[in-house]
Amino acid sequence: MTAALAPQKPERPHRPTGSEDGRPPAAGLADLGRGYLDQVRAGELGALPAVAGLIVLCVFFSLLRPVFLSNLNFANLLTQSAGSIAIAMGLVFVLLLGEIDLSAGYASGVCAAVLAILLTDHGWPWYAAVAAAMLTGAAIGLLIGTLVAKVGIPSFVVTLAAFLGFQGVVLMLLKEGTNVSVKDPTILAVANDNLSPVLGWLLLAGCVAGYAVLQLRRSRDRRGRGLAGTPVTLLAIRTGAVVVLGGAAVYLLNQERSRNVIIGSLKGVPIVVPVIGALLLLGTFTLQRTGFGLHVYAVGGSAEAARRAGINVAFIRTAAFVICSCLAAVGGIIAASRGNSVDPNTGGSNVLLLAVGSAVIGGTSLFGGRGRVVDAVLGGLVVAVIQNGMGLMGYTSGVKYAVTGSVLLVAAGVDAMSRRRSARR
Amino acid sequence: MTETPTLELRGIDKSFGPVQVLHDVALSAYAGEVTALVGDNGAGKSTLVKCIGGIHPIDAGDYLFEGRPVQVHSPREAAALGVEIVYQDLALCDNLDIVQNMFLGREKRRGLVLDDSTMEEMAAATLRGLSVRTVKSLRQKVSSLSGGQRQTVAIAKAVLWNSKLVVLDEPTAALGVAQTAQVLELVRRLADNGLAVVLISHNMNDVFAVSDRIAALYLGRMAAQVKASDVTHAQVVELITSGRSGDLGPQTTPNGAAA
Repeated sequence: MTAALAPQKPERPHRPTGSEDGRPPAAGLADLGRGYLDQVRAGELGALPAVAGLIVLCVFFSLLRPVFLSNLNFANLLTQSAGSIAIAMGLVFVLLLGEIDLSAGYASGVCAAVLAILLTDHGWPWYAAVAAAMLTGAAIGLLIGTLVAKVGIPSFVVTLAAFLGFQGVVLMLLKEGTNVSVKDPTILAVANDNLSPVLGWLLLAGCVAGYAVLQLRRSRDRRGRGLAGTPVTLLAIRTGAVVVLGGAAVYLLNQERSRNVIIGSLKGVPIVVPVIGALLLLGTFTLQRTGFGLHVYAVGGSAEAARRAGINVAFIRTAAFVICSCLAAVGGIIAASRGNSVDPNTGGSNVLLLAVGSAVIGGTSLFGGRGRVVDAVLGGLVVAVIQNGMGLMGYTSGVKYAVTGSVLLVAAGVDAMSRRRSARR
Repeated sequence: MTETPTLELRGIDKSFGPVQVLHDVALSAYAGEVTALVGDNGAGKSTLVKCIGGIHPIDAGDYLFEGRPVQVHSPREAAALGVEIVYQDLALCDNLDIVQNMFLGREKRRGLVLDDSTMEEMAAATLRGLSVRTVKSLRQKVSSLSGGQRQTVAIAKAVLWNSKLVVLDEPTAALGVAQTAQVLELVRRLADNGLAVVLISHNMNDVFAVSDRIAALYLGRMAAQVKASDVTHAQVVELITSGRSGDLGPQTTPNGAAA
């Protein structure tokens, strides 16, 4: 119970609207900082653990293995994690509803197999094959979503069954385990080629400018209406951070990382980076700015409240599974591109676990209602850093799995505890 | 005071299978007044409220809204008339903020995008109109609110839509003393702002603190609907427990409300 409620205490006027004198309230930086601290204390950790973990891990590995910081390894890290991040982004939508999709890994495998077979065996152009793979993903999501939302089977069971089923489908598509190679140059470029250095800088400049303009306009609009807008100082700090971090990344990636320049030059931002960036923008826009996104959060927070508010809960559920499987298809395409081929293991083994781990480590709750698409990216990078760094230190896969599993468990523990903390009122 | 009640129910019957829950119930709620609906457990209060809200269709009887006979078959139709019901469990999403909860399912959009600023303005205006000063920020999550603040948000959500009749189901049941006072004050303010308010409560103190009229249900029948100033605590308790009190309530055979 907050003190603000007790009538004998002096009542605090509410800030955002409190402009009876017509002046927009000036929310200072200190206020915002305090608000953020309050949030953290209340169990809303957000991206804090993932960012902190990322920094700690990077420092740790680069001290022990300086090669970790090399340009080549940095680029590798990004391309390694991209497929898993795409799948994790889709899982965020499903996790937000408090559901789970255990089949996302093999769904990506099925889509990758469809892609590879259409490209290689049937000679389809890349765009048609990509469209077919995406449609396959959408169909898979529609099937799972309908079974969960309309028939009412728990998602855990549906997707566990689908996990087995799709494993079988991949085997059948690939004729009991043959390896279908992918030779289409466009598809191969996704995970193996780089933007030209100039294009990398232009892209960064475009992103920064777009970000700054959008934020500034939003803040202006809110202040113009007398609502609390984000202070310009904070906007400047945020934009500055994007410039510094993005600039450093582009600079590093634009360095020559080919071991032998005579054989071929290797520099520039890997193409998967803008691909993931575009998905991140699209996903974030959908969840944070559209009615659909709000309804996803609402259903995850309280399905009954959402139903009474007139939201079509079954539609939201089904749509989330469709989005999840479509993004799994993207992950499958990236995996096919990176592996230059599709085999029965594409999307199998630890792909799903790493993707779920990425989302949860990033801060998406397993209990539904809390999470963002960017969580998948941050968590995916943490997972990739662990895998990559431990590989450099010469640990076996066994140790890597065990450590990644432990990190997932810790993240889920933090999630459960922060949930308890916010429930204890 | 307006002569035509905002809501007038006449001769409402409602059965679930073989069980008749409401018998010939009449109820009037006037704009600018708080009408308390009292009754023991199982008297039919909740069923009556769900009939008003369009969740249960009525079997027989007249549903008059602002003097016009209407048919209400769904919560949407009730909302379209201007009837809003605040149920006991509030139905708020903990993970959304106050503005998002108030507009849930009826968001303002600008094209594809949510129009957050307009919604925040409207929510702020509504809360100002109700003299609500207890929330720090409209952008704080409902999970961070106390019970009384949640009730406030649920009530503000109900009045956001130019509603004319607000039905509150036990709004103070789970609240402490200070918060109860605050919510009752809010209930009174709704009526003072010109809305018709139906307040369901078990607590006689609450009932006498805010209501203008008291309607007592007894075993699915309307025992009496009286002015709060005309009766005492004891009489209302008698109406609730035995269906009659002195010359109030059905005298010989149950032939409708006496008052």
